[in-house]
Amino acid sequence: MAQIQNEGQNEKTMLTRIGMILLYICLIVVALFQLYPLIWLAMFSLKTNTEVFGLSPFALPQDPQWVNYLNVWENGNINVYFFNSVWITVTSVVLTLLLASFVTFAITRMNWKLNKLTLGLFMVGLMVPIHSALIPLFAFFLELNIVNHPLSLILAYTAFNLPLTIMILLGFYYTLPKEIEEAAVVDGCSVHRIFFQITLPMTTPVMATTAIINMIYNWNEFVFVNTFISSDKWKTLTVGIQNFIGQYSTDWGAIGATLMISIIPVLIAFLVLSDRIVEGIAAGSVKG
Amino acid sequence: MNKVMSNKAVIALYVLPALVLVMAVIYGPMLITGYYGLMEWNGIGEMTFIGLENYKVLIQDAKFWESAWHSFLLAIFSTISLAGYLIVSLILAGKIKGSNILRKIYLIPMLLSSVAIAQLWVKIYDPNNGVLNSLLSSFGMENPPVWLADTDLVLYAIFVAILWQYAGFYIIIYYAALKGIPEELIEAARIDGANPVQIAYKIKVPLISGVIKVTIVLAIVGSLKYFDLIYVMTGGGPNGASEVIASYMYKKAFDTFDFGYGSAIAFFLLIITLIVTWITRKLTASEDEVQY
Repeated sequence: MAQIQNEGQNEKTMLTRIGMILLYICLIVVALFQLYPLIWLAMFSLKTNTEVFGLSPFALPQDPQWVNYLNVWENGNINVYFFNSVWITVTSVVLTLLLASFVTFAITRMNWKLNKLTLGLFMVGLMVPIHSALIPLFAFFLELNIVNHPLSLILAYTAFNLPLTIMILLGFYYTLPKEIEEAAVVDGCSVHRIFFQITLPMTTPVMATTAIINMIYNWNEFVFVNTFISSDKWKTLTVGIQNFIGQYSTDWGAIGATLMISIIPVLIAFLVLSDRIVEGIAAGSVKG
Repeated sequence: MNKVMSNKAVIALYVLPALVLVMAVIYGPMLITGYYGLMEWNGIGEMTFIGLENYKVLIQDAKFWESAWHSFLLAIFSTISLAGYLIVSLILAGKIKGSNILRKIYLIPMLLSSVAIAQLWVKIYDPNNGVLNSLLSSFGMENPPVWLADTDLVLYAIFVAILWQYAGFYIIIYYAALKGIPEELIEAARIDGANPVQIAYKIKVPLISGVIKVTIVLAIVGSLKYFDLIYVMTGGGPNGASEVIASYMYKKAFDTFDFGYGSAIAFFLLIITLIVTWITRKLTASEDEVQY
């Protein structure tokens, strides 16, 4: 009797084990599908054109051509685009975080009647497709004489990132205890000191999350740069590599190298801050 | 407390810069789009008021409806693919070792720019040196398709790239929601003899239905305004076979300088987005929200 039961259990654990293996295979296939194109990209970025056209695309680079990276960096104008991407991204993120923190502080900490309405006004922005504001925005920036000037990008990035940033900050501000700020008021602190010296330092974790999400968005943005910026001097990487690839469409090594240069900073940020990124994406989307 | 924290001047100082910026860059232009749609304008010269002419042309523009159909198809594909993401998330949120790493690997494509993704997939689909056709040839396929140059296949080929880009995003959302389900509920069902598939289908999925609804709205609205990847990958071609609403609008405005007509399309896109958001929310709203 005991033996039969034992055999039944063995069979069951066998089945569970096979089931588990199948599930793992399924998960790993998805992981390969997500990862392999990038590995393939890294490989052809290190190949010569003879290798790309003559050998199997699965082959490893025979003699890694790091010179591809050096060439596009120096001769393909990629260094200019790269630094434009860096400073325009950083400036917009700082501006967005500062303005969004001001608004969130005023909405959650200060007493006024229209705070809910104001919050609603910002939140509607989450639903507006970029394209439905693009033409008048272009006309407006023409009027202001900032078309083909980085200010057009900084204003557009900051404005379009504000709604999501405020939404993520808001969730954090609601969970923060108000006692410290109340004590500061009793001690005669001014609002500005409370904001800059008490509240802002307390929100560093959520600011880190929103900063990284904003950075990725700005770094990858395409439509605004493509529409507002025409001179090479101010282009960022997305449009820069697009133009570069248009000119050298058959030089696979060079194309691979430019693409790698554009994604490496994001990959590094991801390796260091992946938990924050995952958290930011989950926080930013679920509330819809 | 009240006096310091009710200072109107400070409130104005804190709120107005952001509010003015959002009004000037998002809401103002959004409303003006509808007004520009009533104009004939090449972007530089004088604007002429032509009433509803642009909208009349729009209704009869076969190319526009073709691109609207493609946007609609993408929305359908994206919604269906949510089921696949949900299954992967259900497996992942079970007691799987390494789920943390796997989840992050899935997310990587989502962090890359659409331009980089588009250029990479152009290379993957390259008929002669691309990795896909080499694979098909090595399996003995004689004339593998030309993918992005094939009017019948191009939209599906693009959709695979979209799938690659967004899989991690939805899996992260579903995973977070599934991890939020209290363990006791699952345990209780297990004691009652429910198998893992029953638990997933009858307990977990209904419990996260709120999140599923949000992702359906995200997938549909996201597909309707889809632009970057398609614009870079195919430019809407070949012969308009992958044109979508946003790419058609962009071409009309910034390539042929028909800003009035472009605005009419953009305004139509805005209205459609708002209506679809509203309808999807109504359709997927259940009588009573699940509570635990």
